[in-house]
Amino acid sequence: MNPYIVLGLLLMAALAVGAWQQKKKALLYEISWGHQIRKTLTSKSFLLQLGGFVAFILTWEVTVKTLGLPWFNRLPGPWECLLEWLSPDPAYGISIYTEDYYTHILYSTYRATTAFVLATLLGVPMGLLMGWSRKFYDYSYPLVELIRPIPPLAWVPLAILILPGDEPAVIFVTFLVAFFVTALNTLLGVESIDESYFRAARCLGADKRRLLFDVVLPGAMPFIFTGLQISMGAAWFSLVAGEMIAAQYGLGFLIWDSYSLIQYPVIVIGMATLGVIGWISSAAVRSVGRKLMAWRERELFGA
Amino acid sequence: MADNGSKNKQSQGKGELVLQDVTRVFRLPGMPSCTTLKNCSFTVPRGSLTVLVGPSGCGKSTLANIAAGYDHPDSGKALINGKPVTGPGRDRIMVFQETALWPWMTVMKNATFGPTMLGGMNKAEAEQRAMALLEKVGLKDFKDKYPAQLSGGMQRRAELCRALVMSPQVMILDEPFRGLDVMTRELMQEYLLALYRETGLTMLFITSEIEEALFLGDRILVMTNLPGTIKTTVEVDLPRPRDFKVLATERYRQIKSEVMESLYEEGAKIFTKLDGAGDLMGSCRAES
Repeated sequence: MNPYIVLGLLLMAALAVGAWQQKKKALLYEISWGHQIRKTLTSKSFLLQLGGFVAFILTWEVTVKTLGLPWFNRLPGPWECLLEWLSPDPAYGISIYTEDYYTHILYSTYRATTAFVLATLLGVPMGLLMGWSRKFYDYSYPLVELIRPIPPLAWVPLAILILPGDEPAVIFVTFLVAFFVTALNTLLGVESIDESYFRAARCLGADKRRLLFDVVLPGAMPFIFTGLQISMGAAWFSLVAGEMIAAQYGLGFLIWDSYSLIQYPVIVIGMATLGVIGWISSAAVRSVGRKLMAWRERELFGA
Repeated sequence: MADNGSKNKQSQGKGELVLQDVTRVFRLPGMPSCTTLKNCSFTVPRGSLTVLVGPSGCGKSTLANIAAGYDHPDSGKALINGKPVTGPGRDRIMVFQETALWPWMTVMKNATFGPTMLGGMNKAEAEQRAMALLEKVGLKDFKDKYPAQLSGGMQRRAELCRALVMSPQVMILDEPFRGLDVMTRELMQEYLLALYRETGLTMLFITSEIEEALFLGDRILVMTNLPGTIKTTVEVDLPRPRDFKVLATERYRQIKSEVMESLYEEGAKIFTKLDGAGDLMGSCRAES
């Protein structure tokens, strides 16, 4: 397949998503679809968004190719990277047509997801417990505050020593960062709950279980989800760092390996892929959060 | 709390609240200790609507918190039907200054939270009771809305429902209509009176507005400045049901001036303490 056809397909997919969103908005504001699209395309914010992309790509092209500034001239230009990414026969062996590309993505996604899920399953209860019980807070908080600032990469050697093989070590390092972010945000969330919500529950006779599930958990939910979004981002960055040091697959490995092999366009492909995946994953967390916190959404859109 | 199940409706809502010699001292590090309440005693008789008025910062909320069981006196005690208060309980429901509806629950979920507590009624029964109350305050069509979708007045009404559905022995309302605009506030007062008439609940209503106190109360307890205690008790023998016409009667004005006199004496004391401006007292009186 021709890269231009693929490019066309991608553009069409993006347009379809955009059109669908426009249709939803048109329904919301009760105006015609065409009117809504015109409104968006001519809106200041859309033009600025577009302008940002164009400025970025242009700066890249100009500094790297047109002017060829010293040091910059070693980098691949945007067009070159895009063609390589979409090429059915890539010069350096990585493009959307190669199996390797997806193997790297799958490895990274698997590690990040595992770490993120583990961090959520352990971090949220940990945060709730810290916010819930003064005793547990006193017991754990100083320790957490001492361990948390240790950069994830500093854990890599110990993780490799303790855990069987590189794979769990990379996941562990990723998990650790996400865990602390989640736990501390959950704690903050519990602390942010207005005292009167607890008082009301107590005078209505709430037992501990109801208090936890009907007041503490939903009350902390906005902070928990902010935390999960941050932890998703943090998981990706420590994952890539971990993969650069101790892995045979994954996007972090791919980027570092391409550097060693002087396959510069592949570095850019890896980075762009990380950008897209990171954006998708935090959008996913956001949309789950929105579903769970319908009461808040209505607060913003409501009467 | 569990001894008066939902079957025995007659005895419900007729609790007697007594405060005996309550003293409360707040000690905060780095600040002089503050005696907020000193030997404060009063009785809220069964089925009465007693209003507590006092200058701001005189310990009204502290009193409410002690009666509700959130705070504990340093000496003296609060009694409900002769039994000492040890903590918050379902026999005394408090309605707060700021709305404390849980924003993550719909109006109906908020209202049925209390009744469906462990050992309470089942969901259908609770919803039926909540529905009856919501209908009375005009929130029937809003039962599936979230609090943020309601106006301030509607939120307060929903909160009243959440409290009343528990059929408590005593209801403590700590400036529940504060922050509402005048129209809504008057409407809320009428809602409250209607609910009071129907339930015959014992209510302790705390406010800093004299008009509100007179319009609502059977009796008005006037508090002193810090350290707070009860200065005078004024019986409000205005006929019920009351409406705005009561404001025009001679008796209303008599009682109002009685309460005001006693209240402004307290208010003026603060100014006297500040800069010895004793004549402020005179100007306050002239206003009334």
